[in-house]
Amino acid sequence: MVTSIIRRLIQAVFVVVAMTVIVFIGVNVIGNPVDILINPDANQAERARVIAHYGLDQPLWRQYLLFLQGLLHGDFGDSFVYGRPAMGLILERLPATLELAISALTIALVFGLPLGLYAGLYPNRVSSKLIMSGSILGFSLPTFWVGLMLIMVFSVELGWLPTNGRGPTLELFGAQWSFLTGEGIRHLLLPAFNLALFKTSLILRLTRAGVQEVLPQDYVKFARAKGLRERRVIAVHVLKNLMIPVVTIIGLEFGSLIAFSVVTESIFAWPGMGKLIIDSINLLDRPVIVAYLMMMVLLFVVLNFIIDVCYTILDPRVRLDSKA
Amino acid sequence: MAEHNMQETDKALPEPGRLSKYLADFFASPAAAIGFITLLVICCLALFAPWISPQNPYDLMQLDIMDGRLAPGSESMTGFVYHLGTDSQGRDILSGILYGLRTSLLVGVLSAFAAAIIGTTAGLFAAYMGRRTEIVIMRLVDLQLSFPTILMALMMLAVLGKGVLNVVIALIIAEWATYARTVRATALVEREKEYIEAARMLRLPGWRILFRHLLPNCLAPVIVIATMQVARAIGLEATLSFLGLGASVTEPSLGMLISTGYQYLLTGLYWISFFPGIALLVTIVAINLVGDRLRDVLNPRNAS
Repeated sequence: MVTSIIRRLIQAVFVVVAMTVIVFIGVNVIGNPVDILINPDANQAERARVIAHYGLDQPLWRQYLLFLQGLLHGDFGDSFVYGRPAMGLILERLPATLELAISALTIALVFGLPLGLYAGLYPNRVSSKLIMSGSILGFSLPTFWVGLMLIMVFSVELGWLPTNGRGPTLELFGAQWSFLTGEGIRHLLLPAFNLALFKTSLILRLTRAGVQEVLPQDYVKFARAKGLRERRVIAVHVLKNLMIPVVTIIGLEFGSLIAFSVVTESIFAWPGMGKLIIDSINLLDRPVIVAYLMMMVLLFVVLNFIIDVCYTILDPRVRLDSKA
Repeated sequence: MAEHNMQETDKALPEPGRLSKYLADFFASPAAAIGFITLLVICCLALFAPWISPQNPYDLMQLDIMDGRLAPGSESMTGFVYHLGTDSQGRDILSGILYGLRTSLLVGVLSAFAAAIIGTTAGLFAAYMGRRTEIVIMRLVDLQLSFPTILMALMMLAVLGKGVLNVVIALIIAEWATYARTVRATALVEREKEYIEAARMLRLPGWRILFRHLLPNCLAPVIVIATMQVARAIGLEATLSFLGLGASVTEPSLGMLISTGYQYLLTGLYWISFFPGIALLVTIVAINLVGDRLRDVLNPRNAS
């Protein structure tokens, strides 16, 4: 098992290196930041000074090597717009995004699991059919539009919840968090629900499919034949076997929640990484774009690696070696 | 699966009898029928938009800034009725939606189609060639699928810059891998069947076996994914336009319309964002209903 984990690790490193090349070349070959940074009225000397300052006069391969060198030190260069280290900008916005993603995941689980269980256990009830139709809607509704409608209903019409920002925050573990203050939670509610909508539908459908797969199994029949109470059959025998696919999906979807928070953050002006990257793409702020993309690549590679390793540990039938 | 016997060697497309059976199967579900008819109406509306829409929303000469932000049903100075209101530049929302649907559908169909062609070809080659080709293609697919679509799309747009065409390219690059994986899995099963063996025995050229025999029998899942992908692409295009990375302000797509309405939403002017969103939603739901049914109908497990 150790060799297979090491092999996976090497593959993961290879993916990261490949992505650095792709991202760097892509961002550097197309789009010219000089035009944006420099005042069109600036004279030649001024232009040359700015270009030299950002290292844009170097050949591409040297820029890449410099970039790689910086990358190992966690240094992606200074943001063209903010004039501060790009990685620092992203890291200071990371807690806001994490908070939003974790809240959304919690909401998705709290609603998705029980509803999916219900729809799976009583598939013929009208309420179950309503739940399933609702989940199709949850898949189809564009997240950004739902966000707008949430603002329209709960902020503009009813005036219950604020429309943007994080509200007051408290410090914990060296970062600022909204969920520690009452006002902060009020700010968090709408964005978290907005982000959770799609994942709730996903977890709901997955749970229902799992229940319907587990119910006809012999061990469930046997548990019932033993005379166990229905509550125990469901809580122990059904739910436990259901958790394997659900836990896998949670791992995978957490990363995608962080990626999708781009949309929600833009709508609710939530000061996270997602809003920063959209602003940076619009302003062609290369160091921030590259730092964000590399950060996401790293995040996904690490997440996938952890899931792979968990698989081998959890399920002895899955051996990394047996995979092609 | 018993229907794949020797007689299919040179006639892999379903004969008319089977097609009508599929059609009857499809329309047996009222939800799918409603979805299909809705989709048909939407396609017609988009196709004939220049003739049926009250205004050309892209022609700035026709827009009157004095008519900006009018409520649904209000009348302009010239007696023109804005049934769904106007946006901040005095653009008729109804016309904006009809034209926006054109962009949405075009982007959705174009990207899904192109991704299907690239992905299917890659998947077929991987399955048929095996060995190194397969490893290279599937590694690429794995790499692609380990990142969510929106991140791939953002990455591409960060590289290519903004614009509708770039959104289409980004969507193709973000979506081809799904087809490749599915087609490879299907083709691996089909490859072992007698009709492929028979074709090999006849010494048919490789490309002929690949495209005339293997491909038609792998098409069912491709059709299903492609349908769903159109809906996803439309949603994603709208999202990217909403974020300001897609369509331009002068030629708004649905996402862009919703985006321009965002700031007015806070002051209670709901219609600029609301109606285009409904159009988007109806389109996506209709496509998903059709796709859902197609999956059931084309699933070989349900064929017997």
